Amino acid sequence: MTKFTAFESRVAALPVDNVDTDQIIPARFLKTVSKEGLGDQLFFDWRYDAGGSPKPDFVLNTPEAKEARILLAGDNFGCGSSREHAPWALTQYGFRAVISTSFADIFKQNSLKNGLLPIVVPRQVHAELFAMHARDPRMTLRVDLEACTLTLPDGRAVEFPVDPFARRCLLDGVDELGWILQQEAAIAAFEASHAAPINTLGA
Amino acid sequence: MTRPRTIIEKVWDAHLVSEQPGAPALLYIDLHLVHEVTSPQAFDGLRRRGLKVRRPDLTQATVDHGTPTTPRTLPILDQVAAAQVARLEANCREFGIPCFGFLSDKQGVVHVIGPEQGLTQPGMTVVCGDSHTATHGAFGALAFGIGTSEVEMVLATQCLPQRRSKTFKVEVNGALKPGVSAKDIILALIARIGVGGGTGCVIEYCGSTIRALSMEERMTVTNMSIEGGARAGMIAPDNVTYQYLHGRPFAPQGAAWEAALERWRRLPTDEGAAYDKEISIDAAALEPMITFGTNPGMGIPISGAVPDPAAVADPLERETLSKALKYMALEPGKPLLGRPIDVVFVGSCTNGRLADLRAAASVLKGRKVNPRVRMLVVPGSQPVKRQAEAEGLDEIFRAAGAEWREAGCSMCIAMNGDQLEPGQYSVSTSNRNFEGRQGKGGRTLLASPLTAAASAVNGVISDVRTLL
Repeated sequence: MTKFTAFESRVAALPVDNVDTDQIIPARFLKTVSKEGLGDQLFFDWRYDAGGSPKPDFVLNTPEAKEARILLAGDNFGCGSSREHAPWALTQYGFRAVISTSFADIFKQNSLKNGLLPIVVPRQVHAELFAMHARDPRMTLRVDLEACTLTLPDGRAVEFPVDPFARRCLLDGVDELGWILQQEAAIAAFEASHAAPINTLGA
Repeated sequence: MTRPRTIIEKVWDAHLVSEQPGAPALLYIDLHLVHEVTSPQAFDGLRRRGLKVRRPDLTQATVDHGTPTTPRTLPILDQVAAAQVARLEANCREFGIPCFGFLSDKQGVVHVIGPEQGLTQPGMTVVCGDSHTATHGAFGALAFGIGTSEVEMVLATQCLPQRRSKTFKVEVNGALKPGVSAKDIILALIARIGVGGGTGCVIEYCGSTIRALSMEERMTVTNMSIEGGARAGMIAPDNVTYQYLHGRPFAPQGAAWEAALERWRRLPTDEGAAYDKEISIDAAALEPMITFGTNPGMGIPISGAVPDPAAVADPLERETLSKALKYMALEPGKPLLGRPIDVVFVGSCTNGRLADLRAAASVLKGRKVNPRVRMLVVPGSQPVKRQAEAEGLDEIFRAAGAEWREAGCSMCIAMNGDQLEPGQYSVSTSNRNFEGRQGKGGRTLLASPLTAAASAVNGVISDVRTLL
């Protein structure tokens, strides 16, 4: 995984609550056995009409959102399924952070494992961000994970919470599987004292 | 004396491999269920790192999401889906994992087969790359959905880094009225707490109503915990649980059964244990529920009216509701009863078990599906299908004009060709009504098998109590 560095970017604003993973990437695209090519399918049914042409009023098709690396969305973003295809699609499209008032649990975990930063801001800041964006769709925000701050166009730095372990993994570009593998002794000790309740190979 | 603990904490504590400051806890997993859609990239990861599957004996695979529900004498015609199924079967062979494949007599929806085979047991930790893994919590297991990176971690190490969740007690008391079922309890809960109401929590369902439910009904409740935002939902095991499990292929036998019972009886929440959140529901006041919108929290009693966005104060909430009603082409303030529908789907990990098929058949017996409605009945597994056929339920469905199909996820996720046409309305016993969930442009109304069957008969959204 690449190291997560500070960046500044334009913002794509999606003022909808409870954006679910079926909207982020519809289930019919999950028949792939690879992680590649999902960026084109991001928000597919909101992004394209029945004929496959971009819908001009959808945020990702607006000129202001070109190059946006930050998605600003409504409450409870990423609810629904456990498909990791959702953060894969978002990152392959180019997003590096999503800002909301809350995130669904599984989506949040999946995002942190794929270099996509879920940023939770208070309701007041959230409303302000949408208002600022409505006034200036070309506004930029700066994301600094080292400092855990989001810097607004007016220079204010808003702190956001991140799980310290996930933050370290993102900043160092390391994945959690490597960390678990280092705990072989503890795992083996646990297995020695914990009888397996089933044997799927044995019935 | 030790601090009183909830069942959630007891199962968590019993699976703690390590806990270091500044890091998440490492939790041991007793059962890992695997299916074709969320696993191929995880197996690729193992190969890339040169890792094996640590505990194939704690892993069970099946195919369900992309498999057709047409007769098994036909091949999988969708080449992309066929390749994904073949990939799972090949991965299982390579890594030594048992798999109930496409032609297995045990194949079925991953959350139906675990309990059915006796793999899911009280006090276990269960994970699967699927958010409806919460289903297994009906047995007093801590069961939750995971992403593909986590599937890879569990395959390689049988462990997961986890943060402790908050505990949420949902107490349901009172007797359900005729025509009101387990599905209505969970839809009513989600309508009340919202689709984010359980975020960060594991729910424990308790109370006299929950105790009176069968295991199959309990699974309907825990299944949809994720629709309320909770990763897991648990019900303490009792004699209903033990009776269900006894004699199943993977359940303990003989002396091991007695020892297991003794362990399981220590699982229920201790007197005086504290929860982070609590809510109570009066079951006697519940009506059959139905959703009107594009998330499972947008639910109302069947006789209710579609809410008006104008009455919502928060601008973003108002916009979200307006968008949902526009997609559903429903007018605020109007009732849903009597609205024509196109499709009825009975099946899924929520309502694809034998009890659900019996409920739907009880309404359809001696009646016909309205000619303008297509009704699909999809059993949750091959064993469910065989049992239903042994009872003659398939004959009732066929005689009524419904389609009796093979086991799988089918029109719940619409990856396998079973899907709505744009603009169609379905009354569905599944768990999600998101835009396009049952097919691009399709409109889903979630309800119980009883409500679905009644609506199929009348061709319009119906209150099953008029047919009882």
